[in-house]
Amino acid sequence: GAKGDQGAPCGSEGTAGGSGCAPGNRDRRRGNGLRLAPAQLFLFHPPQQFTLCLLSAVFPWFGLDIGGTLVKLVYFEPKDITAEEEEEEVENLKSIRKYLTSNVAYGSTGIRDVHLELRELTLCGRKGNLHFIRFPTHDMPAFIQMGSEKHFSSLHTTLCATGGGAYKFEQDFRTMGDLELCKLDELDCLVKGVLYIDSVGFNGRSECYYFENPTDAERCQKLPFNLENPYPLLLVNIGSGVSILAVYSKDNYKRVTGTSLGGGTFFGLCCLLTGCSTFEEALEMASHGDSTKVDKLVRDIYGGDYERFGLPGWAVASSFGNMMSKEKRDSVSKEDLARATLITITNNIGSIARMCALNENINRVVFVGNFLRINTISMRLLAYALDYWSKGQLKALFLEHEVKFLFKICLMAKYKS
Amino acid sequence: AQSHGSASRGAGGEFLQHLFHCRCGSLTKLAYYSTVQHKVARVRSFDHSGKDIDNEPLYEISVQEEITARLHFIKFENTYIETCLDFIKDHLVNTETKVIKATGGGAYKFKDLIEKKLGLKVDKEDVMTCLIKGCNFVLRNIPHEVFAYQKDSDTEFRFQTNHPNIFPYLLVNIGSGVSIVKVESEDKFEWIGGSSIGGGTFWGLGALLTKTKKFDELLQLASKGQHTNVDMLVKDVYGGACQTLGLSGNLIASSFGKSTTADKEFSKEDMAKSLLHMISNDIGQLACLHAKLHNLDKIYFGGFFIRGHPVTMRTITYSINFFSKGEVQALFLRHEGYLGAIGAFLKGAEQDNPNQYSWGENYAGSSGLMSTSPDVSPLQRTRSGTFDMLEMDRLERPLVNLPLLKDPSTYIPDTVDLTDDAMARKYWLTCFEEALDGVAKRAAASQPDSVDAQERAEKFRQKYWNKLQTLRQQPFAYGTLTVRSLLDTREHCLNEFSFPDPYSKVKQKENGIALKCFQSVIESLDSLGWEERQFALVKGLLAGNVFDWGAKAVSDVLESEPQFGFEEAKSKLQGKGRSLLEGPPHKCALIFADNSGIDIILGVFPFVRELLSRGTEVILACNSGPALNDVTYSESLIVTERIAAMDPVIHSALRDEKLLLVQTGSSSPCLDLRYCRWPKPPGTEAPFHPRQTDLVVIEGMGRAIHTNYYAVLRCESLKLAVIKNSWLADRLGGKIFSVIFKYEVPCK
Repeated sequence: GAKGDQGAPCGSEGTAGGSGCAPGNRDRRRGNGLRLAPAQLFLFHPPQQFTLCLLSAVFPWFGLDIGGTLVKLVYFEPKDITAEEEEEEVENLKSIRKYLTSNVAYGSTGIRDVHLELRELTLCGRKGNLHFIRFPTHDMPAFIQMGSEKHFSSLHTTLCATGGGAYKFEQDFRTMGDLELCKLDELDCLVKGVLYIDSVGFNGRSECYYFENPTDAERCQKLPFNLENPYPLLLVNIGSGVSILAVYSKDNYKRVTGTSLGGGTFFGLCCLLTGCSTFEEALEMASHGDSTKVDKLVRDIYGGDYERFGLPGWAVASSFGNMMSKEKRDSVSKEDLARATLITITNNIGSIARMCALNENINRVVFVGNFLRINTISMRLLAYALDYWSKGQLKALFLEHEVKFLFKICLMAKYKS
Repeated sequence: AQSHGSASRGAGGEFLQHLFHCRCGSLTKLAYYSTVQHKVARVRSFDHSGKDIDNEPLYEISVQEEITARLHFIKFENTYIETCLDFIKDHLVNTETKVIKATGGGAYKFKDLIEKKLGLKVDKEDVMTCLIKGCNFVLRNIPHEVFAYQKDSDTEFRFQTNHPNIFPYLLVNIGSGVSIVKVESEDKFEWIGGSSIGGGTFWGLGALLTKTKKFDELLQLASKGQHTNVDMLVKDVYGGACQTLGLSGNLIASSFGKSTTADKEFSKEDMAKSLLHMISNDIGQLACLHAKLHNLDKIYFGGFFIRGHPVTMRTITYSINFFSKGEVQALFLRHEGYLGAIGAFLKGAEQDNPNQYSWGENYAGSSGLMSTSPDVSPLQRTRSGTFDMLEMDRLERPLVNLPLLKDPSTYIPDTVDLTDDAMARKYWLTCFEEALDGVAKRAAASQPDSVDAQERAEKFRQKYWNKLQTLRQQPFAYGTLTVRSLLDTREHCLNEFSFPDPYSKVKQKENGIALKCFQSVIESLDSLGWEERQFALVKGLLAGNVFDWGAKAVSDVLESEPQFGFEEAKSKLQGKGRSLLEGPPHKCALIFADNSGIDIILGVFPFVRELLSRGTEVILACNSGPALNDVTYSESLIVTERIAAMDPVIHSALRDEKLLLVQTGSSSPCLDLRYCRWPKPPGTEAPFHPRQTDLVVIEGMGRAIHTNYYAVLRCESLKLAVIKNSWLADRLGGKIFSVIFKYEVPCK
């Protein structure tokens, strides 16, 4: 679903990415982690996940999303520049444009995802192309240095940034690049994005959907869900970590908890276990694997269902439990391992979400976030798990779009008007 | 598999009655029930009529064999299974056992082997039912079973006071997966959730990531690693700004979030650590969510992931504190590893209903927490490895709270927690070490006719010495370390080597001597005026209490300084204590007596007599079994009978059941009021029902100072003792032979 026809002029990943906020042993403080604005990480980069915060009327239009791993830079290249504008355009703006649009690689690590480029796009009344450039976050200082050398600050533009790095590098931007960053609140983006989606719809289709008969592989189908009365809902945002929010109204929401076992964990473990290098690769492998070779199921222990506790034989008793045995370690494939990792992480998120829903007395759970992009295995599994373990009491809902991205469009529209 | 050959039990042959087996992971847990034959000292009164009383001993002492029941729990690596089964086979001859109960995954694996070797049918029991049965059993019966783990505090293991009501609680069993069970009563429990991310995930995934095969090695790796190299922390994302956002940068944003690259190597240690955090945090979070949903604030953790591993206890505790914001407590059990086996045993012994009994941990036979070196183990000689055990002695009747305790749930018998107080611990351990040779000598001397007494005494000395050394290293090994537990361990070790009552002859002699003085003491007391007599009585109580063989010999001092401590006692008596003696007579006084001889006969009995003549009924409570020179119940019967023969007041009180002799159920120089063998009112409804008791007298260092010094009772209480230890006197701000006279009246 990474193609431009997903309809958006700019990919925007708001920054309320999931954050685990699980304690590390060096942390001596207690409890405060539950209030934090989550860190966000961008591990995957289809266009709709790129940030664009085009709040400036003056070119250049940039959007920066500084994640934990990657920096995503969105650049709007105007194609309708008038002669007058061209004349007024300062020299270094031209050179920036030329530099960015004529290259596909910047330094040793910067890459422009040409295949993601959105052409002939109308944005805030201007026509142009939207470019997506990414580079590792650890090259951020070099990027700021470059901005400084190219006298970026003389352009009097506001650089819109989001992601944890917007905080981390704010001071560097100020001192080295003489630039002020415009930051957006992440949780706000997330919550308002969901509500916004419901109000605009998606090209006449419902934005929100669910899986009917998730426990029945044959009859399972994706159906639209009317989110007309959205409250209360549990919002589970799965980025590299997971944030769980209980939303009671537009302005009344709280972060319930989070877990550090998220998309980053899936991807990180897959890299270690299979040597894969992209998220897509990891997902592809997972789709061909068999997790039951890796996991110990209830039936592996009890020979069938464990009736005393009403546990079905197919349920996973121990994730990676078979890997305690050397013979079994030697007989599994990378695909099996990737699948097991995906199942483990997904089930766990489902389980925590279910417990939160019970504690908050909420029966609708909306799952959003990077992790679920192009990841139908996890979505189906979440739908199934929530339905099965709650005996049909809880409903898992999903959205067509990355919600924070849509919210940014909303912001832009507002700005324009 | 049996830790103590019958030789070390003296003449004891052990007969297995029920046998239970539980296997989890690579360990086999075996529980069996045996009858233990051991020596006990008995006293028997002579018929003194027409004999020369002056030259005859007061009563006859004999050593007899007694059979008691004992529960054994052994844990060993599966590689020992054949050796173990051989042992069991040898001991199965005299039993009617036809079925062995087994639980755990290995119940399947070893079924055939067991059936073939032992010729017994293996009955498989449900794991979780067994686990919970076992858990209820240890929670109810073993003091200091439960502890909280605090790595960074002075006391790593913080033992919890047993609460009379153990339900409801949450049991989180972390085996290869995680089971979360809510236990509401003895028979009612419910699986409320679980997780597949458990010990198996740590082990399996850890093995894949680090190529390290063993669970323990993985934990080793983890304890050396830095998870921050693998995990993405909040500060990795936000930079220093996280501080201004009011959040801690050290929180993990994404587990393994830094390993999302194919071209970087991560160290085994770092990955193992990250994995450990990931799993512990996840379990802790789920456990908290369940606890919150069911409104529970206590979670007991068990399973091989936890078992004796400070690393995982630490991470789990941390996680629970974090996710519950301190509202839920992560608790662990000393005998967690045995729960399944204990439960399987209880299942099998249901017709016997073990819950009708009380059980006491036998310190001599049990290896402590995290101990891997039991000193007497036949298996140990040929192999090394994990092997430890728990032994519990069956007590004849259930022991219950003294109903007079003001708040049983907060009552802590022990005055000083030696696990907490390093200085006191050092002092007392040294004190017991120094006294050990003397105790061993006395033990040997107490059995002059026995050929192997010397040898057994040496074995005793060695065993107790080893226990003391273990406790120096691991003060928490048997729960909270206290003077009481040190004393009790010594008694258990003495019994272990067939020294049931090293002081029996000393007591016999002293009782005889004291009895001869009884009448003259009474006469001189009767000649005093009321007020003088009261002082003399208290003086007598205190003077008697000096005769304590637990302390160094003190009679010389007593003779040279006849005024010791009495002025102090007098001044106290003139204050608050006065109302004790001047107020209206009490309905019923309960007196916990201390030493034999002068103490009981010339100190306690005149006091008892005074109370009786005031119309107060008296319950005199003595130890059920011997400990030091403390008077035992059976000795007290003889002594009382002899006094009654001389004294009409005692005689009629005994006849009219105004004076009742009872046993405490204890064989300790100390007193735990939660575990009393409370007397059933004789015959009909109670002239001595404990609820009528309005005065409790606790006498002696062990009962009134080492324990119960801070005990709060519903009724008036008098705690008195003479401090016979200069270090302790110093601690309490007095001199040696200072007097403790603590008279407390409950707030209205």
